[in-house]
Amino acid sequence: MPETAATVSLHAVPPIALRRRITDHVMTGVAVLTVILVLVPLFAIFAYLVYRGIGSINWAFLTQTPKPVGEAGGGMANAIVGSVFILALASILGVPVGVGAGIYLAEYGRNRFGDVIRFTADVLNGVPSIVIGIVAYSIVVLYQKHFSALAGGAALAIMMIPTITRTTEEMLLLVPQALREAAYGLGIPRWRTTLSITLRTATSGVITGIMLAFARVAGETAPLLFTAFGNQFWNLSANQPTAALPLQIFTYAISPYDEWHKQAWAGALVLIVLIVTAVAAVRFAVRRGTFGAA
Amino acid sequence: MPGPQPLEAANVSKLPPAPTQAAKLPRGTSGETGDRVFKFTMLLCGLAVLATLALIVYELVLRSGPSWHAFGFKFFAGRDWDPVNEQFGALPFIYGTLVSSLLALIIAVPLSVGVAVFTTEMCPKALRGPLSFFVELLAAIPSVVYGLWAIFVLVPLLSNYVQPFLGRTLGWTGFFDGPPYGISMLAAGIILAIMIVPIISSITREVLMVVPQHQREAALALGATRWEMIRVGVLRNARAGIMGGIILGLGRALGETMAVTMVIGNRPEIAKSLFAPGYTMASVLANEFSEATGDLNLAALIEIGLALFLVTIVVNALARLLVWTVTRGQPSRANA
Repeated sequence: MPETAATVSLHAVPPIALRRRITDHVMTGVAVLTVILVLVPLFAIFAYLVYRGIGSINWAFLTQTPKPVGEAGGGMANAIVGSVFILALASILGVPVGVGAGIYLAEYGRNRFGDVIRFTADVLNGVPSIVIGIVAYSIVVLYQKHFSALAGGAALAIMMIPTITRTTEEMLLLVPQALREAAYGLGIPRWRTTLSITLRTATSGVITGIMLAFARVAGETAPLLFTAFGNQFWNLSANQPTAALPLQIFTYAISPYDEWHKQAWAGALVLIVLIVTAVAAVRFAVRRGTFGAA
Repeated sequence: MPGPQPLEAANVSKLPPAPTQAAKLPRGTSGETGDRVFKFTMLLCGLAVLATLALIVYELVLRSGPSWHAFGFKFFAGRDWDPVNEQFGALPFIYGTLVSSLLALIIAVPLSVGVAVFTTEMCPKALRGPLSFFVELLAAIPSVVYGLWAIFVLVPLLSNYVQPFLGRTLGWTGFFDGPPYGISMLAAGIILAIMIVPIISSITREVLMVVPQHQREAALALGATRWEMIRVGVLRNARAGIMGGIILGLGRALGETMAVTMVIGNRPEIAKSLFAPGYTMASVLANEFSEATGDLNLAALIEIGLALFLVTIVVNALARLLVWTVTRGQPSRANA
C-alpha cells in the first residue's frame, strides 16, 4: 500500500520538486545523525564512569588517605576534603566581589564605564585557566615562597568572579523597576532598597549564577597544578600544599599502576556526582523559583 | 583614662545638630551617606574586575621579560626546547595548539550546527528541553574526566580500529601515516571537539532562536521545503552569530589544558601526520611549570602563557562582538 502511495506522489510532482524533497529528507537525517554522534560520547562517558568507578568506591576510598604504590587500599578522603576546602576559600574570596560588581553594573553601571567593566568581565571569562594558574602562582606562591591552598583558592576565585558578576547583573535587571520605585516612595534609601528589595527579589537567580560558577571551577585542574599542588596527607591549613580531587585524578590517571587507575575512576565518579547534582539543583531551582515565574 | 574621654566629648559635640537635621529630612541624610558608602563599595568590586585583568597582564609581561630580552621574536620561530642548554623556541607548541584546535573545529562545527538546527527547527517541542539539557551536560564534565575517559576508552579505540582504518584508506595523504599508538594529535583533536560542541551548539541555538519568525514563514510561503527554509531563512540570517559561536569554541579549544595533556603525547615536534604525538602551549605549562629549572626557563614558560593569553583575548573579543551584533537587545539566555 505505501508503495502505491509513493508512486502516486512521484507522478504528481515534477522532478525538480522530487530532488528538493529528497534533499529535505537527507538533511533531516543528517541533523538526527549529528545529535546521535554528540550524545554517544556523553552516554559513553557516563556509562564508563559508573561502570569503572562504582566498583572502586568503598568505605576506605571515602575515609582514608592514599597508600604508597604497591599497597592495596587507601583512598582520596584528603583530596575530597581538600577540594571542598579550596572551593570554600575560592567562594569566600570570589562571591562577594562578583555579586558586588554585579550590583554595581545593574544599579550604577548603565554607562560607558559600566560597559568597560562588562567587557572586561567577558574577556576575563575567556582567559585560559592555566594562565590564571600562572598569575596566582606569581602573586601568591612566589610571595609566600611555597605552594598553598590559598593560592589555589585565589586562582579559582578569579575564575568565579566574571561569571557571578554577569549573572548577578542580569538577574537584578530582571527585577521590575516599579519595585524599586515603590521602595523609594516609602523613603527607603537607595542602598537599603538594593540590598533588601532588589537583591532579595533576585536571590534565587543570583544563587543560580553562583552555583554555575561553582560547578565550573569545581572540576578545574589546570590552575591548581602549581598553586594548591596536591598533597598525600591531610592538610587543613590555608598556607600548606593541599590535595584536590581533580589533581589526584590527573596524577593517578597518567600513572602506570592499575590500582591507581581504579582510584582515578572512582574519584572521577565522585567528582561528577558532586557537579551534576549542583547543575541539576540549579535547573530545578530556576524552574520552580518564584523569581523565574515573575 | 585619657583615651575614652576625648571620644565622648566628640560625640557630645556632634549630637546637637543631629536632631535639627533629622527633623528636616528624617531618612535623607543618613541615607545619603549610606548611599555614598554603598556605591563606593560596589564600585570597588567593579574595579576589582578591572584590576584582576590588569594584574594578569602586568604579571605575565613582567615575569616573561627575561625570555623576551634573550630571544625576542625568534622565540616564536625557534624549534628547540632545551632547558639544559637554556635554548627556548615555542614553535612546536604553537603548531600543536593551532593544529589540535583546528582539527577540533573541523569535527565539532558540523556536529554543533546540526544539533542546534535539530533542536530549534526540527524536533518536537517536548524533546527540546531534555536535548539541550543533555548537550549542556557535556559542558559540565570536567576536563580531567574527559582526559581520563580519553586515555582508557578513546585512545585504545583509536589505536585498535580507527587509526589502522584511516591509515589504510587515507595513509597516502601523509596526514594519517605512521604507527597507530592512539596517543596522538588526532586523539587531542577528537577530545577537544567533544568538549567544544556544547559551547558552539548553545550559542548557535541562541542565535537561531532570535531569527524572526516571519523569515521562516516567508520562506515557507514561497514554497520552500523545510531544509530550504532553514538554509535560506534561518542559517543565512544567523551567519554572523554562528561564526561568533565557532570562534568562542576556538577560544576554549586553544586554552584547554588537561584533557589534551593527557592524550597528545607531549613531544615538542612538528610532524605532518596526525598520528604523531605533539605538544600544545597549555600542555607544556601544565607539565613543566612547577619543575622549571632556573629563571630563564620560567620566563620562557610564562612568555608562552602570555602568548596564549593574548591569542585567546583577541579570539574571544572577536566572538563576543559577533554574537552581540546578532543577539543585541536580547537577554543572553533567551532559552530559559
